[in-house]
Amino acid sequence: MSDLAINTSKPVPLGTTTWDRLKVNRNWVSFWFMLPAAAFLILFLAYPLGLGVWLSFTDARIGRSGIFIGLENYEWLWDDSTFWLSVFNTLLYTIVASAVKFAVGLYLALLLNENLPFKALLRAVVLIPFIVPTVLSAIAFWWIYDAQFSIISWSLRHLGLISGNIDFLGDMWNARWSVIFANIWRGVPFVAITLLAGLQTVSPSLYEAATIDGASRLQIFRHITYPMLTPIIAVVMTFSVLFTFTDFQLIWVLTRGGPVNATQLMATLSYQRAILSGQLGEGAAISTAMIPFLLAAILISWFGLQRRKWQQGESND
Amino acid sequence: MTIITRRTLLGSATAAVAAGALTGPALLDWAKAWAQTAPWKPEKGATLSLLRWKYFVQSEDDQFVKLIDAFTQATGVKVTISRESYEDVQPKASVAANTGAGQDMFWGLYSLPHLFPQKCLDVTDVADYLGKKYGGWVESAQKYGKSGNKWIAIPVCYSGNMLNYRIDASNKAGFSKFPTKTDEFLEYAKAMKKNNTPGGFALGHASGDGNAWVHWCLWANGGNVVDKNDKVIINSPETEKALTYSKQLFENMIPGTASWNDASNNKAFLAGEIYWTGNGISIYAAAKKDPTKNDIAKDMDHAVWPIGPAGKPTELHLMYPILAMTYTKYPQACKALMAFMLEADQFNKWLEASQGYLTHCLNAYDKNPIWTSDPKNTVFGEAAKRTLTAGGLGSVGEKAAAAISDFVVLDMFASFCTGREDAKGAIKIAERQLQRIYR
Repeated sequence: MSDLAINTSKPVPLGTTTWDRLKVNRNWVSFWFMLPAAAFLILFLAYPLGLGVWLSFTDARIGRSGIFIGLENYEWLWDDSTFWLSVFNTLLYTIVASAVKFAVGLYLALLLNENLPFKALLRAVVLIPFIVPTVLSAIAFWWIYDAQFSIISWSLRHLGLISGNIDFLGDMWNARWSVIFANIWRGVPFVAITLLAGLQTVSPSLYEAATIDGASRLQIFRHITYPMLTPIIAVVMTFSVLFTFTDFQLIWVLTRGGPVNATQLMATLSYQRAILSGQLGEGAAISTAMIPFLLAAILISWFGLQRRKWQQGESND
Repeated sequence: MTIITRRTLLGSATAAVAAGALTGPALLDWAKAWAQTAPWKPEKGATLSLLRWKYFVQSEDDQFVKLIDAFTQATGVKVTISRESYEDVQPKASVAANTGAGQDMFWGLYSLPHLFPQKCLDVTDVADYLGKKYGGWVESAQKYGKSGNKWIAIPVCYSGNMLNYRIDASNKAGFSKFPTKTDEFLEYAKAMKKNNTPGGFALGHASGDGNAWVHWCLWANGGNVVDKNDKVIINSPETEKALTYSKQLFENMIPGTASWNDASNNKAFLAGEIYWTGNGISIYAAAKKDPTKNDIAKDMDHAVWPIGPAGKPTELHLMYPILAMTYTKYPQACKALMAFMLEADQFNKWLEASQGYLTHCLNAYDKNPIWTSDPKNTVFGEAAKRTLTAGGLGSVGEKAAAAISDFVVLDMFASFCTGREDAKGAIKIAERQLQRIYR
């Protein structure tokens, strides 16, 4: 840096180009350092996103670039009951699964933060659903939910509680709850372990002070643990919502969006239309329609994170 | 764990040499002689890459590899084989066609070559050569292989999807012969359910088995997705009749078929949970191979799909066409390989190794012993002659492929059978989807 400072303070010799000056200009150094990261983001994030949005305005098919058709793909989607069903399914899937994942994850995190015997082992066990590849756990659930071979149906039948097998993935609502449960099972460890990390950063002195003041456990949670955890909750839940909203593998292995599109999410419908049916333009339109929802989730968390109330407790807004 | 000693190594080497002496040189001599007389001389230094669908019967793929090895030894053309799930071949081939880079040849599903006919190598000479030599092509194969008067792909084979049923249970239900008419078939389903030996068809998003039975049902009752000009005509009394029929069948199936994918009926049949279903020959092949399932293999048989009010066979079997891209540097090598694959000395062995999973499209192969050595294989030999093509009355192009991939007909049947929609509602939704695809 000192060299650069010296360089910029020297009078520019005659005959040097603007390029030569930019190369050594101190104000431009940060730009040069940011350039690789910016290029990476443009190439792998902005360009595909822009291309996706552009494709949604064309009649592109796989193998053919297509021509601009304006909003035609969106007009067809507007009138498409399968698309609206996928929007409903995606929202239901995201809201229910995220809420339960948060509640169970927070509960587990609080539990694991206590001085339990075999604490390290228990924490490792909690992570298992998260480290198993999604496709493998989906296949396991496929067997668990099988119409003929389900272990749940088998057990309940042998206990005399039911007479016939439960149609987990054949009935519309059963299928929805079944895939939501599988998603919750898989997603809870992420929430639990991240919140546990947050809990460990809370200073024990705060708890000691509250205990001396005679605060109950509920009051301690309400006025110390929860406010101290809020920033990390915002981050964890943003990620959790984004992951759930864009889930694909679990649904694809379990139901492929069936029965009768009862578990069809926007991501799976987009894949089905764009890749399997070859209608890239329409698939891209469905993907693009996901952006406002995702943006909303990000913005809520972003503006939340800016608020001191979220970071330091309710009364410090 | 096997301990490898000098003795075992010598033993296996001797066995390998003996096996080679029996098959290798004879095969190679024939292949070399073929290469010298074949109309297509591969370009000097040619190498080929081929993407094929991932096999369902291991012995089929083993024989395919042998065939390719023989071609390489006879012509010097090295062939690299890649395999993908059959649904994934189409997107990869389409991208290759678009970018002009990728494998030289693609062996995929249904109307794959019709997605980009202008990018497919003209193989009319190969098709004519094979057609003349082997008794001509079946009609449906010509529809899949030709674009106008030009052959853009070679329709290698079909994979037949037929009715699989248990003999003893059917006899007990009073059906010593499998029903040949749709009305009788409904009675059969009712009787089988009554005897607690039900069957079932997949109503989930099952690309192969699901699409096969709903298209049969639609066509058998006189319904059609589009007319010959690709105009959507799904909204018809015949479609409504097909839906009513399917619901009656559905009510007599084992519970849970609305969630079935392509594998569900195989495992339910092999576990003795169901007694009739629509499937390829893979259930039978698996039952023969597994000693614990041999009793099922003995007690099962296959039948063609019953004929409905339409008065003719209305089946939909999987077509596997192979194409070469125009961007290939070695068009002669591609054509030579296509012809080589379907020459009797190769194809007959391959058909046998596939155990009935593959059905030929060239009439001369009706005589292959696979169709007569085991009477339970016989109906699969008729698949190519009985099948209608994707799109039914309409074209076999990308729109027909899109409608099948998007499960439009399957979802129409599923939504009516499961009670989500009434017949008119289900048809209207399907009509809307088809208008979107055929616009």
